[in-house]
Amino acid sequence: MLSQILFYFFAGVAIVSALMTVTRRNPVASALWLVGTFFALAAIYTLLGAFFIGIIQILVYAGAIMVLFLFVIMLLNLGNDFEPDFRGTVWKVMAAGSALVLLALLVRVVGGTESLLVATGGVDLVAAQVAEYGVVGAIGVPMFLDYVVPLQVTGLLLLVAVVGAVVLAKRDV
Amino acid sequence: MLPLNAALFLSAILFAIGTAGVVVRRNAIILFMCIELMLNAANLAFVALSPYAGIDGQVIVFFVIAVAAAEAAVGLAIIIAVFRHAESVDIRNFSLLRW
Repeated sequence: MLSQILFYFFAGVAIVSALMTVTRRNPVASALWLVGTFFALAAIYTLLGAFFIGIIQILVYAGAIMVLFLFVIMLLNLGNDFEPDFRGTVWKVMAAGSALVLLALLVRVVGGTESLLVATGGVDLVAAQVAEYGVVGAIGVPMFLDYVVPLQVTGLLLLVAVVGAVVLAKRDV
Repeated sequence: MLPLNAALFLSAILFAIGTAGVVVRRNAIILFMCIELMLNAANLAFVALSPYAGIDGQVIVFFVIAVAAAEAAVGLAIIIAVFRHAESVDIRNFSLLRW
């Protein structure tokens, strides 16, 4: 019961923060509201039983990626004299329309999943894995056994991203 | 046990908000933030389904976070390069990237 109250509380926080991210004019305010969304999502991950993903969400997303965003906003001095960047009324109507259509489609898709998935009864399976390997091991063991090629490719991708970011941001491109 | 549908609906709502942000804003950095919001919505769907469909969903979320970090680094470097060229992060200055 308590976990349900907490879930709906953090879901409300996430939705309000996401709306604030989209509607604030100042990029710094947008970034800070997005950090709020990430913290709420980390709490929801923890409530859903994904403790490691919740920690990673705070450490990597709220800690590293959003600091990178704030760093770039302040490096380019966009927090003080920001230009108004909202599109006109036609675009706002189009944005609301596309969001509503997408929302209707997604709700239609996810509405039918619960009855399908409860039949598979996989809840005990994941709980058994967590009990055997621990919270981190339950993710780490399949990552290093079943997903070893994607893991190596991700490492390569990060190397390419580091080199590419340095080359792109160098002064005399 | 939390209701699965509520988590999936939250994921759909966050994804729709991110889409609206991408359509309605012109500041390239805020567009990036809206894309991160959409990636997080997809992550939430993966995590919500992982108790039913196996731990693989959480492994995928880990990879998505790593790819999002790489994307943020390269994207912000491109934004800095364009800002140096045009003195603005307005998305209309990015049309020279089209071909």
